[in-house]
Amino acid sequence: MKLVTHNMLTSKCLKGVNTGYPLKLVVKEIRVQSSDFNKEFISKMIPRLDWAVFVVAAKQIGHAGNLPDQLLPDYENNEELLKDVHHALFEVDIYEGELICPETNRKFQISEGIPNMLVKENEL
Amino acid sequence: MKDKVNNFKTYLFWFANDHVDFRLSEIESIIDILKTCIKWVEKPSKKPYSIVDLPSDTIAREIAHRSVTLKHISELWVSSAEKEDLHSKLKEYSDKVLKNLINLRKASFKFNIEVFCNTQNYSEKIKKIESFNYLPFEGPVKLDNPDITLQYFEYYGVDPNNIPKKPYYLFFGKLIANSQRKIIHNLSLKKRTFIGNTSMDAELSLVMANHAKVCKGDVIYDPFVGSGSLLIAAAYFGGYVFGIDIDYQMIHGKTKPTRKQNRHIARKDENVLANMKQYGLEDQYIDILVGDSSLPLWRSDFKLDAIITDPPYGIREATERIGSNHIHKNNSQNENKETKFPSKVIYTFHQILYDLLYFSALHLKLGGRLVTWIPIYIHYNEHNYLPEHACFSLISNCEQILSRVVSRRLLTFEKIKEPSNEELKLCKIYNNNFREKYFNYKYNANISSSGEYQNSDSFPIEKNNL
Repeated sequence: MKLVTHNMLTSKCLKGVNTGYPLKLVVKEIRVQSSDFNKEFISKMIPRLDWAVFVVAAKQIGHAGNLPDQLLPDYENNEELLKDVHHALFEVDIYEGELICPETNRKFQISEGIPNMLVKENEL
Repeated sequence: MKDKVNNFKTYLFWFANDHVDFRLSEIESIIDILKTCIKWVEKPSKKPYSIVDLPSDTIAREIAHRSVTLKHISELWVSSAEKEDLHSKLKEYSDKVLKNLINLRKASFKFNIEVFCNTQNYSEKIKKIESFNYLPFEGPVKLDNPDITLQYFEYYGVDPNNIPKKPYYLFFGKLIANSQRKIIHNLSLKKRTFIGNTSMDAELSLVMANHAKVCKGDVIYDPFVGSGSLLIAAAYFGGYVFGIDIDYQMIHGKTKPTRKQNRHIARKDENVLANMKQYGLEDQYIDILVGDSSLPLWRSDFKLDAIITDPPYGIREATERIGSNHIHKNNSQNENKETKFPSKVIYTFHQILYDLLYFSALHLKLGGRLVTWIPIYIHYNEHNYLPEHACFSLISNCEQILSRVVSRRLLTFEKIKEPSNEELKLCKIYNNNFREKYFNYKYNANISSSGEYQNSDSFPIEKNNL
């Protein structure tokens, strides 16, 4: 699971959970795989991110590079920053770990890089 | 003023004889992607060709570069219903235009003849080529990669049981570009690492990606991802893809192995990512999740560029979502175990469509497209029974016949407004009870042969609380 997915996922499907965001991360194994940097794509993705959540998660998994806590206004032209974002968002794969609901502490396993968001019928 | 229009040249689009109903909407979607304008002289129909005015050769090449229903695009020089007339027109064209194009005349060339709905043997072919010997081409003949390819087309109608003596229409022109049909071969399911029993074939997946207007850098989502066939086509056109599926075994590649001869060996490295790697598209793979797409899993302000999906119809793939018909006691023993197989209930097709439109209204960007299939029982006049949503306009509706009794339709919706809370649920889905009809074919065949079909069978369902 990549951080871009973590940035979008919630646990609000659980009974009694309102926002369920951001999910807490437990990392057991990380795999890093370099991929093609596409400047336009990253610039397009940044406004869709919850920046603060992204930076906290990137720092937690130790791949934050020089990401600033607050997003700079002219990020489209800052290639260094875009490359750091690309690396943290798309090149780092959480291969084994857990996602934890911030409200109920319900755990969702990540195995072989695939998060399992299935819940039991009585949790809905 | 008129000059602008006169800059347009006339081109002949020659289509592959496959998926006839998808041609027009595919080309129109590509025109949208290229942000250009064209003028149809003759729109795509059952005929293998259509005639179009385009602003430039470059546009023609770009259209051919995206299309998979096309075979090739040619610059149309002359056309006629009579052979003699075609030759006299071509002679005139040759004297007026070709004689002055020195470079063209010196270039290496070859002849290509397309005959639709008839056959030709070798000597007939040679005879046809010789009949054009008045053309002023002096360059060498080169069959492999020539500078220009001259195209001669004979159209004998579309009824193979009733082939006329003379062709209905003849065309002559110069090849501009071949289409991308070779990628159908490259992405063929036959050689793919991992497929499931309802994997979409490469051609239709590519057609769907074109309908969805997938562009480089778009984020594409499939809520019923399965073996990821639709995402492969979307990634091929530059989309960044992710998807979700309720089937844990499928996503983790633990169901029966893809290849029959290997059925006795457990699956290894068979998953969507392995497929993406096979085609060198792994950089565009975001993630695949296991989960129930009928549940709200995403941040509500998360926006997608397109949603491409083939939901289960309940025939070869089960239609399921998490739920239970029984009231459960909380059993605390299982709490630490990972949920892999929650109990599931039937998720009827019209509920799937409702949820899909609701999800798309919420998560698609404005102008983004939802491309999905619905199964149809052919005996019923289904035009009135397509889903409607306040935030979507139906762009196209193309039919693929599957058998004598069933077909499926590819629906392309475009989001035309951001929904208010009420509008989100303003959705009309007609329950066509496809699954029931399919499994009760005999009963239905009786109804249709007696000519009585009752509309009340397809009552509109509006769900107001989700």
